[in-house]
Amino acid sequence: MANVFTRMGDWVNERAPGMMPAYRKHMTEYYAPKNFNLWYYFGSLALLVLVNQIVTGIFLTMNYKTSAAEAFASVEYIMRDVEWGWLIRYMHSTGASLFFVVVFLHMFRGLMYGSYKKPRELVWLLGMLIFLVLMAEAFMGYVLPWGNMSFWGAKVIISLFGTIPVIGGTLVEWIMGDYLPADATLNRFFALHVIALPLVLLLLVVLHIAALHEVGSNNPDGVEIKKGPKGNRWDALKPADGIPFHPYYTVKDLVGVGFFLLIAAFIIFFAPTFGGWFLEHDNFIPANNLVTPSHIKPVWYFTPFYAILRMIPSFFGTAVWGVLAMFGAIALLFALPWIDAGKVKSVRYRGTGFKVALGLFAASFILLGAVGAGVTAEVIPEWFGDVDVTFWENLFGRLMTLIYFGYFVFLWLYTRRGWETTRPVPERVTTHD
Amino acid sequence: MANEVVDHGRRRFLTATTSVVGGVGVVAAVVPFIKSWEPSERAKAAGAPVMADIGKIELGQKVDYAWRGLPVFVVRRTKDQLAVLPSLAPRLVDPNSEVDQQPTYIKGPARSIKPEWLVLIGICTHLGCVPEFFPQIKPEPFDPNWKGGFFCPCHKSRYDLSGRVFSGVPAPKNLQVPPYHFVDDTHIQIGVDPKEAG
Repeated sequence: MANVFTRMGDWVNERAPGMMPAYRKHMTEYYAPKNFNLWYYFGSLALLVLVNQIVTGIFLTMNYKTSAAEAFASVEYIMRDVEWGWLIRYMHSTGASLFFVVVFLHMFRGLMYGSYKKPRELVWLLGMLIFLVLMAEAFMGYVLPWGNMSFWGAKVIISLFGTIPVIGGTLVEWIMGDYLPADATLNRFFALHVIALPLVLLLLVVLHIAALHEVGSNNPDGVEIKKGPKGNRWDALKPADGIPFHPYYTVKDLVGVGFFLLIAAFIIFFAPTFGGWFLEHDNFIPANNLVTPSHIKPVWYFTPFYAILRMIPSFFGTAVWGVLAMFGAIALLFALPWIDAGKVKSVRYRGTGFKVALGLFAASFILLGAVGAGVTAEVIPEWFGDVDVTFWENLFGRLMTLIYFGYFVFLWLYTRRGWETTRPVPERVTTHD
Repeated sequence: MANEVVDHGRRRFLTATTSVVGGVGVVAAVVPFIKSWEPSERAKAAGAPVMADIGKIELGQKVDYAWRGLPVFVVRRTKDQLAVLPSLAPRLVDPNSEVDQQPTYIKGPARSIKPEWLVLIGICTHLGCVPEFFPQIKPEPFDPNWKGGFFCPCHKSRYDLSGRVFSGVPAPKNLQVPPYHFVDDTHIQIGVDPKEAG
């Protein structure tokens, strides 16, 4: 029997000679640093969620109706009448939120260990593009059930483009294909959500991994293992501090997958709306263009950026500033490899200023999320009684916005003015034996 | 033939012209796809003018009509509500309606053809939500000096009873006034100017 398989393998390899070398290059002979920690689970988990979204998404399209008249009912049909439809839909909706959980942690890992720095700038840029496409993908996906929050969320987000001077109004009509979010809008968003953006996303993921495997993975020590001593148990010429991705890290990642699926299953089975955070209550009401939900807010993963949008007042007769700030908040992340000029990568050996700034940055991001989700508007009167809620919310939100943008300004000055006192970086990864 | 000297200038010229012509072709081919996203003829037809019977609207009442899928507020204002309008000027961004948010025949603090009748597009100029109607002249949780008007639940923008925006809120402009005209005392047509009609 083995002979048959060997012969079949040979038959394929003779006709596709690049396959085994590619497998070896990316799996069995891709030497990753041996000191990966918990933070290195989230890349492979993101891939897992992507697969989940594609598979469950394909099955959802089999029963979903792409029309403003039928979309809402078809989603309810999936939930109630389609065999296991509720599971497939909740796997998709929970997957969307967990995708962002995993991606945010993955990005924070990059910030912490300086994974965006030379020579991995392109890996970072491709990753940021993935993040951008993912946000578009998630936004359009949220519109498809055509609930009232789908409708109004779409309207608010599309209106952002209306703040652009001169062309704004025309642009908004062009995006919607009508004078309000309508059947035309729903159909084009469906096309983009299930065909165009997933194709782009898959291409970007392939490029992201290809770019990573070209330069090699960073690690918690921020040490370049390719520059360290050579020779490991498998190859005399490869980095001494590297171990083959397969089987070592595939097996490690499987442990992460186990934990992740445990959490995901708990949410899917016991708290699929996650208290209105993953699926908002207003979205269980069909879209109505004459009734606004009392609190229009995006799903949680957009709230930090949404808060920045809200915190910037309009002046000179236009609301474009908030929109610029919001997109600027993402654009600055793209530019991070060139903003941070520090030579030391890992937070373990960077100056105290960096550690404090990164902590504040992460805190401001979470707290902006709380402002954007309307949490502060609720707790301010609860905690402080009869005060001017709008005033204090704006003050707090603007302070957090300042910290968010301040991180980049600080990092620029800190690494260029010689303010940073770093600790010596070890020659090899700290756990090399 | 093989030994002939390569004319680099000619090769560059041919490469450049081929690229330009090909590029123009690609751009031309993209146009139909871009244009396909514009509102269709059916969507445009649905944007036809709307006749509103306002005969049964009481003093102080608001009735919503739909025009081009947009909510249009028609409010019959009381004498008291009209009386406070001029005094609000210092708190407003654009009290004299100088920004282009209304047809040219809409003027003054009442922003209407007949002072009693207010006609507005009920879409917040911030990000397009529908503001709520708070007609009473009494302190409200969001404004202790409230003189009646509209409050947007989305981002807390406030407008007076002429749809004029207060300063210090996210919305940059007054609420839009659609083109409309009085067909008779109890009917207005939304979407058509008095000039076009008459």
